[in-house]
Amino acid sequence: MAGALGRVKARVLIRPKEGILDPQGQAVERALPALGFEGASEVRVGRMVELEVTDSSRLDEMCQRLLANPLIEDYEVLVLEESEAAP
Amino acid sequence: MRFGVVRFPGSCDEVDALMACERYGEAELLWHGDRDLRGVDAVVIPGGFSYGDYLRVGAIARFSPVMDAVSDHALHGGPVLGICNGFQVLCEAGLLPGALLPNAGLRFLCRQVDVEVVSGNTPFTRACGAGDMLSIPVKHFSGRYYAPEESLRELDAHGQIILRYAQGHNPNGSVADIAGVCNRDKNVMGLMPHPEHAVDPLTGSSDGGRLFESLATALAPA
Repeated sequence: MAGALGRVKARVLIRPKEGILDPQGQAVERALPALGFEGASEVRVGRMVELEVTDSSRLDEMCQRLLANPLIEDYEVLVLEESEAAP
Repeated sequence: MRFGVVRFPGSCDEVDALMACERYGEAELLWHGDRDLRGVDAVVIPGGFSYGDYLRVGAIARFSPVMDAVSDHALHGGPVLGICNGFQVLCEAGLLPGALLPNAGLRFLCRQVDVEVVSGNTPFTRACGAGDMLSIPVKHFSGRYYAPEESLRELDAHGQIILRYAQGHNPNGSVADIAGVCNRDKNVMGLMPHPEHAVDPLTGSSDGGRLFESLATALAPA
């Protein structure tokens, strides 16, 4: 567990929930074969938020309340590095 | 009665909304940084691109100081009407169920649409009858209404679906052709079409005026 002292670098991946039509993903999927890339399917386009926090235990709450809209989006939190040293 | 129209950084339809309100009552602009509603009877959250649509449409505007006062007004039964971006803001603020996603066709839409009044039994539609068709423009990129299956059943069961796009003319892929919904108490409504752009016959239709007229008569002293 990261304490309140260190800074934690995190990456949040946000994508449309399964079952929700993703027209951007479909457009990309249709464009790939035009360039000769065959066989790509299930393309979903989302967004990524990178951030540094002092308390990584609150990342999930941040996602729930602002970074993602849980009604329409799934999210995934990746903690990249934790440093013990305060900045 | 007095309408208040909230102006956010990035709003663009607040003046049309103000002029639409002024046809049926008194009206004034409210600023997003205000902490009170200056005693208005009804609040309109207008269309536009509040806070540049950063992160997600409507996601940032709900943190404006004025939104606490709007929520409070709504929780005490005061009417709130969200138009287009205003609808998106009210969904993000949790005052309305569901969310608005990018149009299924991925194009910005700007055209006149026919919407059917599903229920005239709200303060926003009492000047209409169920089944009435209104000709009102839409102009949006993220207007695809979505709510999970279970919410849709509840919306239907409690008469919260207020407007639907005319059959076969759903412009954006909204689930169940939904163009406008209200909360369970029927004092908060959001819709994607722009009634404030259809209040003068000069613009081709004055059907949108009936929503403002409804609110004005609902709030008129008996």
